[in-house]
Amino acid sequence: MSDAGTPGATPPEDKTSGHGAPDLGNDPSSPGNALTETIDEIPMGGIPGPGPAPDVDTGAERSGLTDMPEESAERDEHGGHASTTGISNNKLAMWLFLGSECLLFGGLISTYMLYRGRHSGSLGPDQIYDIPFTSVSSFVLLMSSLTMVLAVSSVARGNLRNTKLWLTITALLGATFVGGQVYEFTTFYREGLGFTTSLFSSSFFTLTGFHGVHVTVGIIMLMALVGMISRGRVTGDRAEVVELIGLYWHFVDIVWIVIFTLVYLIPA
Amino acid sequence: MSVDTHDGHGSEVEDLSADEYGEGHHGATDKQYILIAVILAAMTGLEVTLSYVDVGPIFLPALIILMIAKFVTVVSYFMHLKFDNRIFSMMFYMGLILAVFVYVVALSTFHFFGS
Repeated sequence: MSDAGTPGATPPEDKTSGHGAPDLGNDPSSPGNALTETIDEIPMGGIPGPGPAPDVDTGAERSGLTDMPEESAERDEHGGHASTTGISNNKLAMWLFLGSECLLFGGLISTYMLYRGRHSGSLGPDQIYDIPFTSVSSFVLLMSSLTMVLAVSSVARGNLRNTKLWLTITALLGATFVGGQVYEFTTFYREGLGFTTSLFSSSFFTLTGFHGVHVTVGIIMLMALVGMISRGRVTGDRAEVVELIGLYWHFVDIVWIVIFTLVYLIPA
Repeated sequence: MSVDTHDGHGSEVEDLSADEYGEGHHGATDKQYILIAVILAAMTGLEVTLSYVDVGPIFLPALIILMIAKFVTVVSYFMHLKFDNRIFSMMFYMGLILAVFVYVVALSTFHFFGS
């Protein structure tokens, strides 16, 4: 009845199409048709009474249906749980989150662009920004993206020692950036630019402050990750968490790329 | 390949030879990542230089182009979007395009109808 395991039989083809979705066409070897075929082959006479169940091939094993629970428990190549789409749910959720973050920062940047001309004469963007200092901060954050991607690369190779090293360097570079931002805010405040001084200052501090909070959250996640790796909690199938935090960190970097150009370099 | 190091907490550290991990996580090697970072740093330097040099009307377009180039480079290579499943690109770029569209419309509205 079943020839799937017969030597020399044609091996079952990959019944997926597109992004891993099952192909439910009119293929005679598809699970649905296999079950129909099996029902047709059940002998007449009704359901057998109590007693040992007859060894009837339901077609499920042949079609792979009985393997579903085990299959769903498998993990994808990055260590995340495999889903019906064949991609990691965690990673999909992170990308969705980052897409929504674009709306948050888009609103803050737009508000700044709208109000950056609303200030008192001597405390405007062109007078108060220290471009060389901010350029160095931008360079530091850019290099933290490099160390982050090297950490992801290391964990993909299973080199946890280098992963911890790169993650720690990334956190230190992030802390340097946040320190620079605190210094900048302090300098502005001493020069008379407070949060409520003008619409320009409010929108500026809100935008860059939100970004700084994101960097700080990223640093906390990085240090927590280093601690988890040290305790052996991020091994093998859980390595995807490094990539997820890496995605968050790179997002923080690309937001700063936009802020640096639109806020600092383009004059009001 | 050699597995010879333990960090004291039960987690194994594998050290693979350069040939074995020449292809990095998603097709890029560490050297390529460093090269990309150097290019990004050079673009940042160019941006800063442009803000000090009078280049006339190309100043704003040049800055915007450099910004977009840096943005796309980080997203494509460091965030692996170029090598990953396209559904991730859709998730991210749909949010980004929606944000750009909404706020460009909002700013245009303020520009035309603002006092």
